Amino acid sequence: MAILTANSVTKRFGGLVAVDNFDFEIDEGAIVSIIGPNGAGKTTFFNCLTGFYQAEEGDMLYKGQRLNGRTPDQITRMGIARTYQNIRVFPAMTAIENILVGQHPRLKTNWVESILRTKRYKDEEEEAEEEARRLIRYVGMTGLGDQIARNLPYGAQRRLEMARAIASEPQLLLLDEPTAGMNPHESAEMMYFIKQLRDDLGITILLIEHDMRVVMGISERITVLDFGIKIAEGTPLEIQKNPQVIEAYLGRGAAAGLTETANPEAVY
Amino acid sequence: MSESKNFDIRIPIQYGLIAGVVALSVSVIGMVDLFAQRYLIAGYLTLGQVILFLAPAALSYTAAGKAPQGRKGISLLYGFLAGFISSLPLAGLVYLSGVVDLRQFLPNVSPALIEILTFGRGQGEGSLVLMIVSSTIGLVSAAMHLIPGRVRKPILYGLLWTFLIGMFSEILSERIRNFFGLDSVKAIFEARALHPGAAIIIFLLTAGLTYLWSERGEDIKYRYASMQPKRKTQFRSGGIIAAILILLIMPLLIGTYLSEVVNNVLIFALMGFGLNIVVGFAGLLDLGYVAFFAIGAYMMGLLTSTGDLGVAGMSFWLAIPICVAAAVGAGLLLGIPVLRMRGDYLAIVTLGFGEIIRILALSDLLKPYIGGAQGLLKINKPIIVGNALVKPDHFYYVVLAGVIIVAFISYRLSQARLGRQWMAMREDEDVAEAMGIRLVNTKLLAFAIGAAFAGLSGAIFASKLTSIFPHSFNILISINVLCMIIVGGMGSLPGVVVGALLLVGLPELLREFAEFRYLMYGVILIVMMLAKPEGFWPSAVRKRELHKYDDMDYGEYPETIAPRAETRDPGLGSTPHL
Repeated sequence: MAILTANSVTKRFGGLVAVDNFDFEIDEGAIVSIIGPNGAGKTTFFNCLTGFYQAEEGDMLYKGQRLNGRTPDQITRMGIARTYQNIRVFPAMTAIENILVGQHPRLKTNWVESILRTKRYKDEEEEAEEEARRLIRYVGMTGLGDQIARNLPYGAQRRLEMARAIASEPQLLLLDEPTAGMNPHESAEMMYFIKQLRDDLGITILLIEHDMRVVMGISERITVLDFGIKIAEGTPLEIQKNPQVIEAYLGRGAAAGLTETANPEAVY
Repeated sequence: MSESKNFDIRIPIQYGLIAGVVALSVSVIGMVDLFAQRYLIAGYLTLGQVILFLAPAALSYTAAGKAPQGRKGISLLYGFLAGFISSLPLAGLVYLSGVVDLRQFLPNVSPALIEILTFGRGQGEGSLVLMIVSSTIGLVSAAMHLIPGRVRKPILYGLLWTFLIGMFSEILSERIRNFFGLDSVKAIFEARALHPGAAIIIFLLTAGLTYLWSERGEDIKYRYASMQPKRKTQFRSGGIIAAILILLIMPLLIGTYLSEVVNNVLIFALMGFGLNIVVGFAGLLDLGYVAFFAIGAYMMGLLTSTGDLGVAGMSFWLAIPICVAAAVGAGLLLGIPVLRMRGDYLAIVTLGFGEIIRILALSDLLKPYIGGAQGLLKINKPIIVGNALVKPDHFYYVVLAGVIIVAFISYRLSQARLGRQWMAMREDEDVAEAMGIRLVNTKLLAFAIGAAFAGLSGAIFASKLTSIFPHSFNILISINVLCMIIVGGMGSLPGVVVGALLLVGLPELLREFAEFRYLMYGVILIVMMLAKPEGFWPSAVRKRELHKYDDMDYGEYPETIAPRAETRDPGLGSTPHL
């Protein structure tokens, strides 16, 4: 069952076609990756999905509902969450406060009730704070909850962004280069964690990644973009052997000289 | 930390010249001779002298601080030289005034001024004395660096307090006379200045207390922090009750004149709380805030005035909610078109809105309804059990009630989800939107609530003055309120009150500075911003934003934590939590 379907999505910036007639589909509960050289249009596609950009052409359907023309906050409330390529946590707020903001769609009391401190409000806030603390532990940031986000080490900030994204209880999670800047050990942990998210919480994951170990390690299906056009789609094994993919990443000569790489099913 | 290990003549020259120019400027504009009559310490120290030598003292101190580490001799030399050099422009002025009548170009360079600069000893000898005094001041200022900090701080604070008490002697003596009688006043003050003996005692007392606080302060804070939670809450409740009691009997303590000052402070604080939400919490730069103040005021005028323009002749209390509602309406009216704007553009548009309201108030178009430049008169005072609250002492309670309500709402909101929405929006609007926050609602709420507070403030203001005129609602008020919350600490609630005290209370108390009031005000603003950009009572968030804490202690955070152990969280269980 497809949770997300994109048909002929096109996004232009003046004369530049960033995403060109892109067809895409994800099944519920799957872990899928989009890869491609820098500038291929991957993040642009994410931005179209989340309502930050409005696609010029094409349809995007989430659980049967159209995403086109909706504002980002509406789309988040429908159950889609994302993280960012360059980490965008709220720098002057604590980690807990960041996650509390992430929980926004879940919280129901209004501002009048907050002035009056009704029981319903107090209970909800208490529960929200507990949930935030639980999420801190869940992403492995125990003890850092009250630190100011800006002061956290890079790895912790990435985890914080993850925690903030899952705080809204999404069904679809868009991760934009979650292992950027990480060493192989950290990447492996992140890979394991992403799988955990899907296995424990049933979240469908769409990944943009450059680290091939991660991509090949957890993706069930990979889509390759180059200059806004889908040039390949398939299982990790298929993608690795696809000459157009190799050419896009490594240039024309490389395709000829490359043989099969290490076991794509390996999880480090 | 100076680069060179040696004496660098440029440093004292630089600072000396700056100080000299400043001293020259304050002399030439007439501050020094105007305040030479105003003794701070009877018979010894005038305000004019303090103003004259303040820059040389301060800059000699700074120059001395630039000496290479450990080179005490050089430090003292820097101070001495800076002091000496700073007197040169003044000596030059004295000389010139003997040769040419400078009053054609510089009307304030009167014989009186020259008298002061030369200490009454004529041109030649006087200039020499001036240089000696200035150099000595420079030397003494430099010497302050050599005293350990524990001693230096009490001395500086002692001087500051003695100065302040000398400055505000008039107000203080009036209060002391009220409570303790004329004799007590005569013991401390003479004319408007301190007795020398009293000055010394005050200096020693305040210096001593500062010293004690430095020594014991950390101790006391530690003991407070490590108290049992229950005791702590008791303590806090006790503190709050004491504060409330003091607030309630305040008019009795401070008298009518000061009550009037406090009323002004509180009315501006009310506005400050509102702007604090718009700018401090939500990060929406609103430069036309006075518009809502004006709308609240004019609404109160229209509804309660017994004059020609009044429409309803309502009571104050009935009119208040309507004034607030009118302001909220205006807030929404402003908010809707500016929803997409950010930063500078938002500032300009809101500025325009403020001006529109002022011009409308002044216009002939609306003159038949709201009085134009002639204003709206005969506005009602609030009436409680048949008595109109005319005296500032009584009106105080109305303003106080307003401030308490508004502060309470601000506090609750800051801790709530809405406060977090505002903060997130301020930090990163796009990401906030991606978190599911409806930007439209969040922004409009900020504008509406901010406008409501300003409208309340305006309504109370109108009633206090009983007649309002368009020229009171100008952009300077918007800017003043903005400065107020910046100086106090943007986003901080106690900061709003501190800012109001400093920026509204201080000019009132500085009235004797006459035409130099705003110069002082400007200087104080600049100094405050240089010293404490985060404000005098900053919110925790603002402190984080403006100061880089590179010595933060992360605790035991290993670079990589195996999530395997963590994810087997008992809270998670085997079923998906969500």
